[in-house]
Amino acid sequence: MTATTAPTTAAHGDGHAHGGGHHTSLGLDNRKVAIWTFIGSECMLFASLISTYLIYKGKSPEGPFPHDVWTSPTTGEVFKPILNIPVTSASTFVLLMSSLAMVLALAAVQNRDLPKHTAWERILGSSKIWLWATCLLGIAFLGCQAYEFTSFVHEGLTMRTNLFGSSFFTLTGFHGAHVTAGVLWLFTLLAIDYKRGLKPSDALLVDICALYWHFVDVVWIAIFTLIYLIK
Amino acid sequence: MATIAAAPPHTEVKTAPSTTGVWSWLTTVDHKRIGALYLITGLFFFVVGGLEAAILRAQLATPNGKLISAEMYNQLFTMHGTTMIFLAVMPLSAAFFNFLIPLQVGARDVAFPRLNAFSYWIYLLGGVFITLPILWSMAPNGGWFGYAPLSTKAYSPQHNMDFWVIGLQVLGISSLAAGFNFITTIINMRAPGMTLMRMPIFTWMSFVVQFLVVLAFPVITVALVFLQFDRFFGTNFYTIAKGADPLLWQHLFWVFGHPEVYILILPAFGLVSEVLPTFSRKPLFGYPVMVYSGILIGFLGFGVWAHHMFSVGMGPIADAVFSLTTMLIAIPTGVKIFNWMATMWGGQIKFTVAMKFAVALVGMFTVGGISGVMHSSPPADLQQTDTYFVVAHFHYVLFGGSMFGLFAGMYYYFPKFTGRFLSEKLGNWHFWTTFVGMNLTFFPMHFSGLLGMPRRIYRYDAGQGFELFNAMSTGGTVILMIGTLFGLINIWKSWRTGKMASSNPWGAATLEWTIPSPPPDYNFAELPQVKSRYPLWNMKGGEKLVHETTYEEEKGQHIPTSQELGIVMPNPSIWPLVTAFGLIVMFGGLLFMDASVPTAVAVMLAGTALWIGALYTWLLTPLEDHH
Repeated sequence: MTATTAPTTAAHGDGHAHGGGHHTSLGLDNRKVAIWTFIGSECMLFASLISTYLIYKGKSPEGPFPHDVWTSPTTGEVFKPILNIPVTSASTFVLLMSSLAMVLALAAVQNRDLPKHTAWERILGSSKIWLWATCLLGIAFLGCQAYEFTSFVHEGLTMRTNLFGSSFFTLTGFHGAHVTAGVLWLFTLLAIDYKRGLKPSDALLVDICALYWHFVDVVWIAIFTLIYLIK
Repeated sequence: MATIAAAPPHTEVKTAPSTTGVWSWLTTVDHKRIGALYLITGLFFFVVGGLEAAILRAQLATPNGKLISAEMYNQLFTMHGTTMIFLAVMPLSAAFFNFLIPLQVGARDVAFPRLNAFSYWIYLLGGVFITLPILWSMAPNGGWFGYAPLSTKAYSPQHNMDFWVIGLQVLGISSLAAGFNFITTIINMRAPGMTLMRMPIFTWMSFVVQFLVVLAFPVITVALVFLQFDRFFGTNFYTIAKGADPLLWQHLFWVFGHPEVYILILPAFGLVSEVLPTFSRKPLFGYPVMVYSGILIGFLGFGVWAHHMFSVGMGPIADAVFSLTTMLIAIPTGVKIFNWMATMWGGQIKFTVAMKFAVALVGMFTVGGISGVMHSSPPADLQQTDTYFVVAHFHYVLFGGSMFGLFAGMYYYFPKFTGRFLSEKLGNWHFWTTFVGMNLTFFPMHFSGLLGMPRRIYRYDAGQGFELFNAMSTGGTVILMIGTLFGLINIWKSWRTGKMASSNPWGAATLEWTIPSPPPDYNFAELPQVKSRYPLWNMKGGEKLVHETTYEEEKGQHIPTSQELGIVMPNPSIWPLVTAFGLIVMFGGLLFMDASVPTAVAVMLAGTALWIGALYTWLLTPLEDHH
C-alpha cells in the first residue's frame, strides 16, 4: 500500500511534507525512510508465512507431497512429487535478472544527462528499455507461476487438498501478488517516463520502486531455497 | 464535489481551506483535526465498550442472572474486548500521536498527511463494520483473541466471526499505515537541533510503539489471512483432521498479542512522563533510563508471548524460557515506576486533575504489574488462568494504566487541543468516581478469581462464595459509568465554554507549549532551533525555571495566518476516504461467499476498482500547490 503511495505523489513536485529540497533530520527524503519501514514490516509478513510453511512441512497425513511420491490408500492412484525444480530454477533466474534490469533502469535515470556516444551507451542509458525489461521479466516470472499453479492443480493439488497445498499456495500466492503490485508500479513509472521523461531529479521515484522490487526478489530467494531446494 | 481535491495547481490567490462544515472534516489532512476525529471517535467507542461491559456486569450481579442469553453474553464479552482494545484505547492513543508528535518534534505536519487521513477513515469504517452487527445479534462471539479452530467455519458457522476476521484485518491496515507515517515523521522531521536524546519522552514512547505496530501487525495479518482462507476458500490451516497444529493460531496471535499489550500501555506511559515533571516542577528523573527501558520493553515484548499459553502444555523448557523472559520484562517496567516516583520526590507538586490521573496510574499500574508478574510462574499461572484473577490483572493495567494515562493526557493537553481548559471541578468528580469505581469493580475480581470463578461464563450458581464479590464489581461498574459521564459532560461543556487557556498554561517545558493554543494550522511560524531537552525551562543560569503564561497577557495578540506568512499548506483531499471505503467494500465482499460466489466476486472487484482508482487519483494530485 504505502509502497505504492510514495512514487507518483512526487511525480508532480516536492512538497514540504516529503522533505524534498527541505530540511530533514537524516537528509533523506521521507519516502525513502517510509519504504524502509514498510520493507521491515513486510519481513515480518513473509517470516510468518514461511514459518507456517516450515512448521507444517511433513505434517500432512495425506498427499500429494512436495518432494515425495504418494500413493492414495483409498484409490491407489499414484501422485508424483509436486514441485517442479527445473521450471522454478528458470523462473528464479528470470526474477534475478529483473533485479539487474531494475538496477540499470535506476542508473539510466540518474545518468540521463550524461552525453552518450556509442549505441551501447545509448542502450544502457535508456530508462525505458530497462523499465520495460524489468516489467517483462516480472511478467515472465508471473507466467511461470501461473503455469506452475495450473499444472499442480492438474496433478491433483489445490489449496483445499491438504496442509501442503494450503500453505504452499498461500505463501507463493502472496509473493506473486507482491510481484504483481511491483509490475503495476513499474508500469506507472513507464507511463511517467513516456509522458514527461524521468529526470535525474526523479531518481528517487525509481529508487524506492527498486528497493521494493529487490526486496520481493530477496524474499523469493528465501522461498526458493527453503521450500523448493531443501527436502 | 470531488474536484476539491484536484484544485487547479497554479491558483494565484488562494484562500485557506475551510475549517467548518462536514466537507472540511471529510477532506481534512491537518494532523490536529485528524487527532480531534480520533479523540471523538475513540471516546464514542469507549462508551460503546463500556455499555457492553455494563450489560455483562448486570447479568453477573446476582447468581443465575437472567438478563441475557449465553449467546448474547458471548457476543458482548467478545465485543467488549475487541472494542476497548482496537476501537478505544489504540485510537485514543492515536489521537495523541496525531496531535502531539508533529508539535513535539517541531514539524509542520506528519510526513504523509493524506496517508494519515486514510488511517483514520479506515479505522472508522472498520470500527463500524465490526460493531454494527451487534444490533442484529450477529456480533462476533469467539472472544477478542478469536482462537482457531473454534473460530473456523466448522465451529462458528454463522457470519459472526466473519465480521471479526474481516474487521480486524481492515483495522490492521489503519495501524500499519499510521506506523509507517509516524516512524518517518519522528526519524526525519525533527526540528534542527532536536537530537534523539532531546526528544520529548512521549514522542520516544510513541516511537517505540510504532515499531511494535509495524513488526507485530503483519503477524496477526497472516493469522487472519489463514482464518479467512479457511472460512471462505476451504483451506486447512486450522483443520485438525488434516494435520493442522491446534496451537498455530495461538502462537501467531500472541506473537502479535503481547507486543499489542505494550502498544496499549506505552503511549500512556509517555503521557504520564510528560505530566509528572510539569506538575512536580522538576525534569523527568533519569530521562535516558526512561528511554532505554522503553526500548527494552519493546524488544522483550516480542519474547514473552507464550506466557499466554502455559496451560496448553508446551513442555518444561518452553515454559521455563517464557517464564524467565516474563520476569525480565518486569524490570524495565519497574524502573519506570521508580523513576516516576523519583521525579515527584522533592518536587513542588501541584495536584491538578491531570496530575491525579497520572499519580493514580503509577499506583494502579503497580497493582496490575505485580499480579502480572505472578502469572510469569507457570505453576501459579495454571491456578489463575481463565479465572477472574486474570480479568482483575489486565483491567488494572489497561484501565488503571492505559485509560488513566490517557485521561491524564486529556486533561493536560486539552488546553493545547482546544484553547480551553477542562473544568477542574467536574474533573475532580470525574477522577474520584472513576478511581473509586475502578477499584470497586476490579479489586474484588482478584478474590472471586482465586476462589475459582472462571472467566467467560454467563452465570454462576449461588453458594460458592462468589455473590459478594460479584455484587461489589457490579456496584463499582455503576460508579464507573457515573464517573465516565462526568468526564463526557466535562469535555462537552469545556470544548464550548471552558476557561480560556494561554500558550503555556501549566508552565511546561517542551516545544508544543511555545505556540498558541490551539495551534495555527501551520504549527510553527518558523522552525524552532532546539538546544536542550527542555527548551522552555532555562536549566542553567539560575533563572526562574518555569515560564507560565496567562491568557490575559496573550489576549488580543495577532496570530498570523499561513497566507500572511507565505506558508504553503497541504490541500484537503477526499481521496483517502474514498480509498478506505473501497477497501472496506472489497473485504466486505467476502461476506457473500456462502450465498453466491459470483456476487462476492463482483462486490470485491467493484471495491478493488474503487480503491485503486481512488488511490491513483490521490497520488496524481499534488499534495500542495506549487510555490
